[in-house]
Formats: sequence, structure tokens, C-alpha cells
Amino acid sequence: MTLDAGLVGRSYPPSAVYEVGRVAIAAFAAALGSADPVHLDAEAARAAGHPDVIAPPTFAIALTLAAAGVVVEDPEVDLDYSRVVHGEQRFVHHRPIRAGDRLVATPSIEAVRSVAGSDLLTTRVDVATEDGEPVCSATSLLVARGAS
Amino acid sequence: MTVRAADVVVGTELPERTFAVTRADLVRYAGASGDFNPIHWSDRIAASVGLPGVIAHGMLTMGLAGRAVTDWTGDPAALVEYQVRFGRPVVVPDDDAGVEVTVRGRVAALLDEGRARVDLTVTSGGEKVLSLARAVVRLP
Repeated sequence: MTLDAGLVGRSYPPSAVYEVGRVAIAAFAAALGSADPVHLDAEAARAAGHPDVIAPPTFAIALTLAAAGVVVEDPEVDLDYSRVVHGEQRFVHHRPIRAGDRLVATPSIEAVRSVAGSDLLTTRVDVATEDGEPVCSATSLLVARGAS
Repeated sequence: MTVRAADVVVGTELPERTFAVTRADLVRYAGASGDFNPIHWSDRIAASVGLPGVIAHGMLTMGLAGRAVTDWTGDPAALVEYQVRFGRPVVVPDDDAGVEVTVRGRVAALLDEGRARVDLTVTSGGEKVLSLARAVVRLP
């Protein structure tokens, strides 16, 4: 059960458009216990220089984890998802995600490794507006623990 | 309050934050994030995969640690890069108190363009739950 090194660099088609709503942003902020008005109140967000409410920095996971799932489900990747744990996560933000954004997520495989019987898959998901403006990239290390 | 680049030096410490995480918080986070993995709500499933109990979403812990940074900067948009390694699961008991996650942070480096690297120490029950937890903030 070793991942094929030839998978590195493989990319997948962009996701369907994810339309970012104010309610989804407010729900995510509430789930983190944040009452920062830039997440909740469009007027406050505009006063802070944003066109609309902005999402907390880890909100992108709501799009990118599903997009990375496309990689995991690729039959040629052959990862045992029942054994997968989330090992590492990284975000690079070009600008905050905000209400009204129409985003597409494009996954690719950044690295594969095997360590001590476990398969390590690094996925990268680039998030951009449907017009092509880069918004963020999310890199996830997924670890399929070896059966032992 | 907004922290400015001129206010920070290497070694500047962020206010220590402690967040309580309960089962209700896990349900709320599952709904908000779309991550419905049953190890975050079912004792039965958690036990069946060898976990000591229901565990918090790693991304919830990451999100709370991120709040310690963005509440400090006063501007969530200031966080431009953020990475963590999920070292140890945060087990959340089925009671009203839940479990506490403590976040400490320290400015580790000053970068160009008003940016600073903040290294985070995130613990629960005295054990480190995130490692290599680093944020880059852009300060005015």
C-alpha cells in the first residue's frame, strides 16, 4: 500500500462554485466563539475596509477539505480513507474570504511519502474567485496509518 | 485595540487565552464546517477506532488558536499565513465543563512589510496538542 510517486503534481478540475453567504460566515465565527463584528455585521466590516463581512481565517476548510476529498477518492491514489487522520494544515491567504464571494477550489497533489508503514499524502487546494482572483491556498497532510 | 508593527519586538508575548470546548461546541463546529466525522460526536465510533473518547476536530483547535492571534491583532484579516501539526487529540468529555485548551503565543521573528511570525504553544491538560503552530500576521 505505497502511494505512487508519479502522482505528485497531478491536478484535478476546479470544483463547482461555492457561494459564500453571510449566514455561513456568522455560523463559523459562532462555532469558534468569536463575536468580532467584522464576521457578523456588514456595516462594521465596511468600516474596517472590507466590502462585506469577512470569514475567520480557517473558514476556507469548509471548501478545501471537500475539494481534497476528490484526491482521496481518486482510484489511482489508493488511500484507505478509513485509516486517514489529518496530520498538518497550512493556509496562505491572499485576502480574506468574504460574503458574496463565488469561489472555486482546485485540488492537486503536492507530495507523497511512506513512513514506517503509513502513507502520507499532501494535497494542495487553490481557492480563487470564479473570475480567477487568487484568494487562498490550503495545504493538508493526510496520514493513512498502516495496518499494524 | 489594534496591534501595530511598531509595538512588537521579538519576544513580545500574546495574552494567554483559555477556551473551554464542550460536546455542544463540537456539534456546532461540525455543522458550521461540514465535518461530520462521527469520531467527533459518537463515543461508540471513537472507541471502535481506538480513541480514548470523542475528540475535538483538529480544525476547531486550530481555529481557537487562530482566535488567540486575531483577537490580539484586533483584525482577523491580519493573519496571512497559518500552519499547525495536529500532535495529540483533544478528548472532550460528555459533561457540562468540557475540556480546556490553552493558547500561548510569542513573536518569534520580524519579517519584511510589517509582517511578524508568531509561534504558538497550544496545550490541553498540560500536554501539547498542536506542534509547529505558526502564524504570520501583517500589522499596520
